Amino acid sequence: MKKELICIVCPQGCRLTVEEKDGSYQVSGNTCKRGEAYGINEMTAPRRVITTTVKLEGGRCPRLPVKTRTDVPKELIFDCMAKINQVTVKAPVKMGDVVLADVMGTGVDVIATRDM
Amino acid sequence: MLTYDLVVIGGGPAGLAAAYSAYENGVKNILIIERDDVTGGILNQCIHNGFGLHYFKEELTGPEYAQRFEDMVKGTTVEVMTQTMVLGITPQKQIYAVNSQKGYLTIGAKAIVLSMGCRERTRGAIAIPGDRPAGVFTAGTAQRYLNMEGYMVGKRVVILGSGDIGLIMARRMTLEGAKVLAVVEIMPYSNGLNRNIVQCLNDYDIPLYLSHTVTNIKGQGRLEEITVSEVDENRTPIPGTEMKFDCDTLLLSVGLIPENELTKSAGIQIDPRSNGAVVYDDMQTSVEGVFACGNVLHVHDLVDFVTAESMKAGKFAARYVLEQYQHSGETTAVKQGDCVSYTVPQQIDLQAGEETTDVFFRVNRVIKGGTITLTAEDGTVLLSRKKAHLLPAEMEKINLKKDLLKGHETVTLSVNC
Repeated sequence: MKKELICIVCPQGCRLTVEEKDGSYQVSGNTCKRGEAYGINEMTAPRRVITTTVKLEGGRCPRLPVKTRTDVPKELIFDCMAKINQVTVKAPVKMGDVVLADVMGTGVDVIATRDM
Repeated sequence: MLTYDLVVIGGGPAGLAAAYSAYENGVKNILIIERDDVTGGILNQCIHNGFGLHYFKEELTGPEYAQRFEDMVKGTTVEVMTQTMVLGITPQKQIYAVNSQKGYLTIGAKAIVLSMGCRERTRGAIAIPGDRPAGVFTAGTAQRYLNMEGYMVGKRVVILGSGDIGLIMARRMTLEGAKVLAVVEIMPYSNGLNRNIVQCLNDYDIPLYLSHTVTNIKGQGRLEEITVSEVDENRTPIPGTEMKFDCDTLLLSVGLIPENELTKSAGIQIDPRSNGAVVYDDMQTSVEGVFACGNVLHVHDLVDFVTAESMKAGKFAARYVLEQYQHSGETTAVKQGDCVSYTVPQQIDLQAGEETTDVFFRVNRVIKGGTITLTAEDGTVLLSRKKAHLLPAEMEKINLKKDLLKGHETVTLSVNC
């Protein structure tokens, strides 16, 4: 089985071809190692980084931008969002501070992406 | 009168990089003037990731990228004046500005970097017929409301225009519980990066209607319904193809315009193709000692490229301040040929500046298997490069050795298509 994909690892957007043969995957069209990993993951267990905001009290904005430190399984995005939306953080916050540990049992922390 | 060696107008990614680079290149007396209450510009509301892969070699979100630069600048003697609006600049490099603490200010500078960024085209700019209800926003306005101010702008959303901000907002609104019914694009191709089509639309099953546009807006008080029609090859709506969408929000992602009112006030020459200043390869404008970089010069896809361009502007602004650096007078003009909509820089100085230069450009249509060529006045091909895919949504560049241009007053950059 052959599948054409557009790599989303970086804005270059390489056009990948992933070919499956007896359970192993061959990626072509990538220009870096990360593209190869993306191609294989996308066929087996797609993952995404979630970037969103949480409620912030006492800061210069009412919202604090956050992200999952690494990617999480794509099918858990909406469940993760529901958990993240329950979080309230008090200023001051530093970029990199954990605002929610191990979201949805993924082992991935949600961290602040700006000092506030 | 306040005086500085270098004044940078605008504290977004371009301004921060230009100031930082000028400092690193020896100028210590630098002022950044910013109209918002923080620096970082548009990055503060671009909470998504995909920034920094070129410059920092890692993937950052917009706020993280802004923070990194803010921290770099904090470690220098660069001064930042926020909540200050620049009203005008003169060719003699005097700056008129105003803020609520100090009132009206006149600031003198040996050199100026223009880094005011761009603004969004609005409903007025594309003249959509119909009622004028609440619920019609530019995508960037909605992004600021949602990501910084904490307001959800609607529940049932249609997005007109497939620019990157529109695509990013389609995903963002979906994640926050809105239903995004469609992204509608008048051109037969998307105006956003391919990766954003994949991760913002395809991931969430949001349909993209190419060669379609909004032909009516209906609503008393709040938006209630929009009409979408297919367009022909001349972008004229085809009668009988109307679709109605029951929605409360329409987001517009229909292009960005470099914000050059100040540039014009200084009498700087503007290129009508890029809507930014005409610049040399050192980012200097037609007024000596005034440099331009970032989205005020031409609209970029990636902040990393804004940073690189602005670092260059900062470096040559520093040389201008410190070394009485001047243009040689031996220059080559770069003109756009077939299928190319603009080039930056428009002028290349063969003696001053660096030995090679990047020339950035955009194509004006989707091209599969194109050849980028640079030709001299007599048609001699000076350089040619093959490229598998060229898209209007993706800025291209070629690197030129200046030796190649010796003896040519004008060269033309084109893509066969």
